[in-house]
Amino acid sequence: MDLQTLTYLFVGGSFAIYIGIAIWARAGSTSDFYVAGGHVPPVLNGMATGADWMSAASFISMAGLISNMGYGGGLFLMGWTGGYVLMAMLLAPYLRKFGKFTVPSFVAERFYSNGAAVVAVICLLTMSLTYIIGQMTGVGVTFSRFLGVTNEMGIYLGMGIVFAYAVFGGMKGITYTQVAQYVVLISAYTVPAIFISFQLTGNPIPQLGLGGTLTGQDIHLLARLDQVVTELGFGQYTTTATGSLLNMFVYTISLMIGTAGLPHVIIRFFTVPTVAAARSSAGWALVFIAILYTTAPAVAAMARYNIIATVNSGAKNGTDMFAADASLVHAERPEWMKRWEVTGLLKWEDKNGDGRIQIFNDKTKNEAAIAKAAAAGWAGNELTVNADIVVLASPEIALLPNWVIALVAAGGIAAALSTAAGLLLAISSAISHDLLKKIWMPDLSEKNELIAGKIAMAVSILIAGYLGLNPPGFAAGTVALAFGIAASTIFPVLMMGIFNKKMNKEGAIAGMLSGLIVTLFYVFAHKGLFFIKGTEYLGLIGGANSFFGITPEAFGTIGALVNFGVAYVVSKFTPECPEHIQHLVEDVRTPRGSKMVSGAH
Amino acid sequence: MDKSGKAYWYAVLKLVGVHLAIWAFVSYGCGIVFASTLNSIHLGGYPLGFWFAHQGSIYCFIILIFVFAKLMGELDKKFDVHEQ
Repeated sequence: MDLQTLTYLFVGGSFAIYIGIAIWARAGSTSDFYVAGGHVPPVLNGMATGADWMSAASFISMAGLISNMGYGGGLFLMGWTGGYVLMAMLLAPYLRKFGKFTVPSFVAERFYSNGAAVVAVICLLTMSLTYIIGQMTGVGVTFSRFLGVTNEMGIYLGMGIVFAYAVFGGMKGITYTQVAQYVVLISAYTVPAIFISFQLTGNPIPQLGLGGTLTGQDIHLLARLDQVVTELGFGQYTTTATGSLLNMFVYTISLMIGTAGLPHVIIRFFTVPTVAAARSSAGWALVFIAILYTTAPAVAAMARYNIIATVNSGAKNGTDMFAADASLVHAERPEWMKRWEVTGLLKWEDKNGDGRIQIFNDKTKNEAAIAKAAAAGWAGNELTVNADIVVLASPEIALLPNWVIALVAAGGIAAALSTAAGLLLAISSAISHDLLKKIWMPDLSEKNELIAGKIAMAVSILIAGYLGLNPPGFAAGTVALAFGIAASTIFPVLMMGIFNKKMNKEGAIAGMLSGLIVTLFYVFAHKGLFFIKGTEYLGLIGGANSFFGITPEAFGTIGALVNFGVAYVVSKFTPECPEHIQHLVEDVRTPRGSKMVSGAH
Repeated sequence: MDKSGKAYWYAVLKLVGVHLAIWAFVSYGCGIVFASTLNSIHLGGYPLGFWFAHQGSIYCFIILIFVFAKLMGELDKKFDVHEQ
């Protein structure tokens, strides 16, 4: 069967499964709709959380990023997994005991203030919407690349599918669909990795293969890779950090506490039956996430090696890479390179006119590399490889059968759809439950609230689709913003709500606002006011990364510190938190008496 | 034995503190600050500091969560605040 037919079969088949599950798990009550009735077992909830968490960016882009960054890419690996430890120990069990549907509901009740809830809703909507734009574009890209439809058509298809199962199934439909999506995306990620690891090192387990020796040679894969990239003038793979050590440190913290503060991840822990289950569910979530996150560095390093070894036989055989016949003749390049050249993600430019492909770092300061390249008559790097290729083309680079390529297509789409659905649920519950039911129309019946929730979700899908079709040009930068906001607003307010029973509403509101403003101020200084080009004001803060060399992506940590500090000081000068709230906090701290999660007051 | 809410909360904070110290040690310690020192030790083909940043810290996180969940379960029973 040819690739196109197989891809249609795999993608179409997975869609049929998702919709089938959605019909089976229709939501009948607001409890079903928001928290799947609160009855999802920890292991299944862990899987669903994994799918919810691993977005199109994790699936398609992360390995490529690590491949280029080397050791420094570890900040994504540690940052996006370490947050679950914080979740399990500091947030999930207590929020579950609190027993409310949403994060803003917790804020509203704990800080006895609708104002605090509104601030939380604003933070939540900003985060979720910026995040969802990336998912919709991810769906569009994957569809157009693998199914041969236009980008627009891809987004419409994606909207239709999400609409079908998210609007009718609510959290219940989403949760069980995500379990299926997890299975699809994880097999799509690991199957090619297993093949590639086996080909390169003879060990089918990528996590072990990365530490293994190259087949038929007496050298470790990582040692060879280090040697090859340094000789070609790149930074050593296993030691090169991006930016300063301090920045890597702060960036990792930012991603960790940002992860723990993402509302669409937090609400997953309201779907489990007990407080004890909330703790272990975070562990299961991390197990399922770790399968992808420990495979990614193997995919990254092996792809880096494979790409260089494909175009330079010296790198492959451990011989002189600067020899005249080491570089691949362009006319003899493998089929997959031709295919990806068409997409523009792979580009070759014959700078020295010898008809061969040279790959090296032409901006290097490494004298030895410069001298060797000059002696060999290399006039500049000739091959540019887009980072996204690393995952999408890996089955082709390793010459795997067509069904593996079709599986990767289905996996990429599953990753984008599952995250989009989780985000849509967080958005719709914030609007229908926190704003409508709690603040504007307290008399809303459960039936009408359910209808309102579905309408809010449908509208969000339309907005997300619109933004996916007309991406505001800053989609990439906004993901960093989403984590920055989560880290500097939601995480601190939840922490203080649980661990400081004297924290009052004045402190909480002042803390959230100052965390938000400080973070936005620093990010906008680098990227422009609301990401509009030309409105950067770096001069005002004294140049790029002026705060101890910290990049805007890493600034959420500083925002969080400001949040904690301001909240503490303000709470000391304002009326103390009422007695009954302090008792409430004490009650939240013990598991006994946990009830079904509900929307009631 | 003191079974008050205060004593329970104190025990919880101690448990959380110990686990978070390990959490910070494996990621920020071994994965970042001491990484270059640890790189002189090898684990198969892995330099150890690199291994912690790309693999090891994640395995430690998983173990930490399950151990914590188990110890918390025991603590809940000891102080008689577990769910029935």
